[in-house]
Amino acid sequence: MLTVSMTVNGQSVSGEIEERTLLVQFLREHLKLTGTHVGCDTSQCGACVIHVDGVSIKSCTMLAIQAEGSEVVTIEGLASDGELHPMQQAFKDNHGLQCGFCTPGMVMSGVDIVNRNGSDVDEATVRKELEGNICRCTGYHNIVKAIQAGARNMGGQ
Amino acid sequence: MTENGIGASVRRKEDVRFLTGKGNYTDDVNVVGQTHAYFVRSPHAHATINNIDTSVASASDGVIAVLTGDDLAADGIGPLICGVNVTSDDGEPHKAPAHPALAQGKVNYVGDHVAVVIAETLDQAKDAAEKVEIDYGVLAAVTDTASAADNSQQQIHEEAPNNTCYNWPFGDKDAVDDAFDSAHKITSLELVNNRMVTNPMEPRAAVGDYNSGTEEITLHLTTQNPHVHRLVLSAFNQLAPEHKLRIVGPDVGGGFGVKIFVYAEELVVGWACRKINRPVKWTSDRTEAFMADAHGRDHMAFAEMALDEQGKFLAMRVRTTANLGAYLSTFATMVPSYLYAFLLAGQYSTPLIYSEVRAVFTNTAPVDAARGAGRPEATYLLERLVDVCAEEMNLDPAEIRRRNFIPVDAFPYQTPVVQCYDSGDYPAALDKALSLADYEGFKARAEEAKSRGKRRGIGLSSYVEACGIAPSAAVGQLGAGVGLWESAQVRFNPTGNVQVFTGTHSHGQGHETTFAQLVTEQLGVPLENIEIIHGDTAKTQFGMGTYGSRSLAVGGVAIAKACEKLIAKGKKIAAHALEAAEGDIEFADGNFSVAGTDRSMNIAEVAFNAYVPHSYPEGLEPGFDENAFFDPLNFSFPAGTHVCEVEVDPDTGEVEIVKYSAVDDFGRLINPMIVEGQVHGGIVHGVGQALLEGCRYDSDGQLITASYMDYAMPRADNVPSFDVDYAPTNPPDNPLGVKGCGEAGAIGAPPAVINAITNALGIKHIDMPATPENVWRAAQLAL
Repeated sequence: MLTVSMTVNGQSVSGEIEERTLLVQFLREHLKLTGTHVGCDTSQCGACVIHVDGVSIKSCTMLAIQAEGSEVVTIEGLASDGELHPMQQAFKDNHGLQCGFCTPGMVMSGVDIVNRNGSDVDEATVRKELEGNICRCTGYHNIVKAIQAGARNMGGQ
Repeated sequence: MTENGIGASVRRKEDVRFLTGKGNYTDDVNVVGQTHAYFVRSPHAHATINNIDTSVASASDGVIAVLTGDDLAADGIGPLICGVNVTSDDGEPHKAPAHPALAQGKVNYVGDHVAVVIAETLDQAKDAAEKVEIDYGVLAAVTDTASAADNSQQQIHEEAPNNTCYNWPFGDKDAVDDAFDSAHKITSLELVNNRMVTNPMEPRAAVGDYNSGTEEITLHLTTQNPHVHRLVLSAFNQLAPEHKLRIVGPDVGGGFGVKIFVYAEELVVGWACRKINRPVKWTSDRTEAFMADAHGRDHMAFAEMALDEQGKFLAMRVRTTANLGAYLSTFATMVPSYLYAFLLAGQYSTPLIYSEVRAVFTNTAPVDAARGAGRPEATYLLERLVDVCAEEMNLDPAEIRRRNFIPVDAFPYQTPVVQCYDSGDYPAALDKALSLADYEGFKARAEEAKSRGKRRGIGLSSYVEACGIAPSAAVGQLGAGVGLWESAQVRFNPTGNVQVFTGTHSHGQGHETTFAQLVTEQLGVPLENIEIIHGDTAKTQFGMGTYGSRSLAVGGVAIAKACEKLIAKGKKIAAHALEAAEGDIEFADGNFSVAGTDRSMNIAEVAFNAYVPHSYPEGLEPGFDENAFFDPLNFSFPAGTHVCEVEVDPDTGEVEIVKYSAVDDFGRLINPMIVEGQVHGGIVHGVGQALLEGCRYDSDGQLITASYMDYAMPRADNVPSFDVDYAPTNPPDNPLGVKGCGEAGAIGAPPAVINAITNALGIKHIDMPATPENVWRAAQLAL
């Protein structure tokens, strides 16, 4: 067993874990932060995307202990003071979600795409950058629209 | 129209919880004291089980129980069932081999359930599962659809000679043969409808919790139909009496059909939680989902069309072999029969149709309904065949369709294959789609592409589908074991807000918004004061669930009927309060008023009076809470034309969809934003089938597409944005004037895409999935 400590959504947390514990398991099972989802076993679907030290990662592909001392932000930590993050608001405004299962990963990836590509990111770039996030419901049309709208909203902050 | 009522693109009520991580999916459910289940699955496609030794596994760290088929049988838990009978050509019912939830002496596909290990943690359960020792006697495997029924093949089930579940002929064979004998031309096509893995993003899961005090089992499930699950698990599997079994389908992360069925894992978790008297949790990983979720499609078909000199369709003849996998899943038998052959007329007035379906068993995962279920297979076959007819008759694909469309004035139109279409305007959708796609300008675009070394193609698909499943009497006649009505309860609380209980289930379709729009339109209650409740047998009345694009067309009507009852009762209450005759009370915009006066009261006040009936009509029951059931008069027949334009790179075989235009007839739209989202998703599901997805077993029955590394799901950069429009007609058989929209895209898209590719390369046919390799090979031969 190991002791792991990190900051999750602004709060210091620590826990006793088995060495093999994945970061997503630590979030879901130890911290009961169930907004981060697991949709595959091969790091393909992106339902588990979170931010670690400001960068998007797939939390199914990282050991919890590798996040020791890191700043972690999950979907639960994106909104502030009861206000949706501009990217969350853009998904709502543009019907960028249906069943909601891939949505946390899509939103976290969306924020990261904008962080790296700016507020005027074009459709082709968004589609290419979303290669690691699978959605079965939306056909991506409205997710792409939402991320572009979210990008504009974030740029205006 | 009220501001948020019918026709408004209201932003969804359910979104905030999903966007902030507050959804409640089955794997998010944790019960105090819960244990974890892991299934030991067969690594062989076909084998006898000579011995199972669980002793080492049972002694492993944290293990509470290791259970096998013997334990299940000893407790009297019944096998999984298939709920629809299909009568075979010998007059006998289809063959239904036993389908135990845990294997009894034999396994029949890779992933078949052999034992379950229950431990304190999932990792302990997985570790112990590796220590269950099983002595298998490996048998030859049958995996190929086309040859499964050959005499030379290994027999899978004793009860099913020649691995055949049924042979199901339908139609007037002699009349069809005569029409072919005298036809001007006969066009034929052999084609495969590729096997798909449905892949909702949320894997299946179950959490079972037994209360020994009340003897009640609560089972959280990834289900599209909680009451159907409860009924089947209770009546056929003897899990618990219905009143002692609670099924909760909380937020469900996509279904597309695959979460309709009653699965082995669900039954085992429900049974095991009582047996060990501890809560049990099981969540599928993605590889398990590939192995043991019901798959979709998997047909081989030979289709022929008889034509006259003008290209009019005289008769159609189809022979199909459908792979049902190793066992019959819950609705497996009806998919390649009733849901398939009854759609073979499509949008055309073909007077004579004959179909033969042979359904076979193989050593592969069970196959059942998947988005569209039978209708995509029928539509793909027909719309591909029509394009080959056009080519061979030297007619434009749009023109041959136009010549054969059911005329607008012919509705209601009785097809030769059971269905009677209530409404449609097929030329209108075609015209609009061609204009949206700039069909006229295609030639110039194709020439420009050619100058760059690329090949452009354009493909049409004019589909009709039969959904809104379905009139109970009709499906009963066909052999279904259930009625397919829907239920609703609309309950005012004393403070005037409204709870609507529906027997349908939402797993992405946005019912919490669309249904609330119906209610706000009808009752005038503000949208934010209406809550839609579904998915819990302890909260909602019996209902049939969501599949076959039925929720609005059937469930929505039940809600509307319950609202009508409330208005009728409200008039009595208002008449008493306003001291007027009941006949003088009018209801509009949430207010009951006395005709010709300014005296009125709001529906919330009426509700309050009904719960506090101090001054109240004599003899009238208190309360403001009505329920209704609706059994549809007919199926719902959405239709439309989709146009796909592709650019093929002959050097690499890569296909780019450069433009995709869809014009659909869904009748009246309640929330156009949500409908458009359903269309987008359906199209990409269909594009996935056409270009990317194909489930493959090798000849030993090993599943070689068992993860997203080797099963290609459509991703954002595989598809473009879409142009979507509508050409609505008013369906007289639906009281709300609506048609289902959830499956249309997946039905319409595959032939549009393949027709575009065959057009680009000037070839007769290419099978799905048209991967770069397949397209490159075709291009090398053709160009």
